[in-house]
Amino acid sequence: MVKNIIYSIKSPYRQSLDIIGYTFGFGELSCCIVGALRGNEIQQMAICAQLVNTIKLLEEKGCIAENKSIMIIPCANYYSMNIGKRFWTMDNTDINRMFPGYELGETTQRIADGLFKAIKDYKFGVQMASFYQEGEFLPHVKVMNTASGKEEAYKFLSDFGLPYGLIRNPSPYDTTTLNYNWQIWGCQAFSLFATYTEHIGGQSTQAAVNAALRFLIAKGILKWSLHPGSHTRILNEDNIWRISTSCAGILKKYESVEAEVKEGDLLCEIIHPIEGNTIDRVVSPIDGTVFFSYNKQLVMEHTDIFNIIPF
Amino acid sequence: MIKSVSIAALPVTENLVIQKNRIENNALPGCKRVCIVTGTHGDELEGQYVCARLAKLLNNEKQKLSGIIDIYPAINPLGIDSVTRGFPMFDLDMNRIFPGSPTGSLAEAVAYDIVRDIEGADICIDIHSSNIFLREIPQIRVSEQTEAMLFPYALMLNVDLIWIHTAATVLESTLAHTLNMRGIKTLVVEMGVGMRITEGYCSQLIDGILNLLHELGMWSGQVQQTKTPIVSKDRGVGFLNSDAAGIFIPNVSHGDYIRAGDLVGKVFDPLTGNIVENAISPCDGVLFTLREYPVVFGGSLLARIMGDGNG
Ligand SMILES: [Zn+2]
Repeated sequence: MVKNIIYSIKSPYRQSLDIIGYTFGFGELSCCIVGALRGNEIQQMAICAQLVNTIKLLEEKGCIAENKSIMIIPCANYYSMNIGKRFWTMDNTDINRMFPGYELGETTQRIADGLFKAIKDYKFGVQMASFYQEGEFLPHVKVMNTASGKEEAYKFLSDFGLPYGLIRNPSPYDTTTLNYNWQIWGCQAFSLFATYTEHIGGQSTQAAVNAALRFLIAKGILKWSLHPGSHTRILNEDNIWRISTSCAGILKKYESVEAEVKEGDLLCEIIHPIEGNTIDRVVSPIDGTVFFSYNKQLVMEHTDIFNIIPF
Repeated sequence: MIKSVSIAALPVTENLVIQKNRIENNALPGCKRVCIVTGTHGDELEGQYVCARLAKLLNNEKQKLSGIIDIYPAINPLGIDSVTRGFPMFDLDMNRIFPGSPTGSLAEAVAYDIVRDIEGADICIDIHSSNIFLREIPQIRVSEQTEAMLFPYALMLNVDLIWIHTAATVLESTLAHTLNMRGIKTLVVEMGVGMRITEGYCSQLIDGILNLLHELGMWSGQVQQTKTPIVSKDRGVGFLNSDAAGIFIPNVSHGDYIRAGDLVGKVFDPLTGNIVENAISPCDGVLFTLREYPVVFGGSLLARIMGDGNG
């Protein structure tokens, strides 16, 4: 294992921000795994930390294939993490909306540029990602529908052994993310979503660690064996049913993530926030599995509260 | 006449309401309509004073108006009200989600309503004021793609500079791009600095807007002589970034004409008092951007100079 500072930036009042990368093996730039780009992506950092710990031991046992190398960057934004902020400390910008970065730009554009230069040439890229909407997900892996050789990338979704592999049609706002720019650069990039973001869950952390290890094994980068995980159902994100609120108030949920529901089953009620009566009852429009569930107590109108994958 | 453009329920008791002030006279079918929009970024306030003064002036002298003026002072009212640049509780920049969607999140639903309301107008002026870090001279930013369509109108607006830039993909989701693609000629004004109102700039832009209305045959009131702007075409833009971190103290005034080699400012280390960076102008030209916020990281933008175009 080689520990390197891959990018550093000076701050007037703090120790410099040193982004640390861990490299295992030699030769071909086979796979890069990136953890937290945002200050609340604690789970994403913890997953990478476990991968560093595991792969270090595997490397000592000679389990990295000949002429293959892996780089892991657990945390690119500990400045924000250390002060409890999601976005950049000073200007609140999001590093994951700054790719491919700009060498002469503002701080987060420079960080994105420095990071991207160090990781763009890997054959495979895996980002431990978080979603902007607060809630719980079934663990899944996602690929953008922009890749050259994307048919191949869709097949690789199964290599993670997670229950769901999603294909996303990018929106304009996706074009500045790490995943999208990796793809544009010719890297086969995947985003791996664990159940939580700010919470390190024993089960969900391990599921993501195993998924990444399985992928490295499937791609011949790690010579090791691990149980195959789940069968992966691959589908386009557009096939997921999104259920959003048509009124606002207190959210009282009756179903949670992973539940199997039937058409007409009660998913939640919206309670009047200061009078206590039920103002809306939301039922499932289809038979399916609850894939995402919003987990804040208050909801506004137009909030995505449940996502359901049809059976 | 005050109209509501978009209404959505917030969790407790309150609705989010986007309002506009419609001022009209001789509004016959087929008459011209101009929209003035601002307040997308909650920390940019220059447009507030432009809207306030324009509404008063046009209402007082309505008989000199011919057609419809729609003034939207706050398309992100929750942001302005809470000194938040973005749309509160939403991760993406509001100017990255247009044209919005009626079935999307609250911010996207609002964006959709705004676009639908502006649709059919002849001209839209979208007023921004940089951010809290940088001060800008009054300027219009036009993408190369829309230059031919917008340039004649940009000349009418009494600004100091017209900056024609190459468009990034992400700009596809701005309000201006969305409207331009739908045939509403939309001009983006950037002037002043975040969280402040610069009266002189506001007066200058109001004169420009009245001049534009006059040119369109919508205003028969008094019009001031307008400025001839500098145009970025065939001129280089000099960027001045700080390599060191510290406190920036400028040595020149915003809007000055400066020469290559001139000292633009110094960066001090607050602990030792040492000068850690002398920021030197790379070219002759107008200092159109100057850093306002004193704390700088390694890489922070200090100034931009619009070169003379003579080498
Ligand atoms: Zn703005």
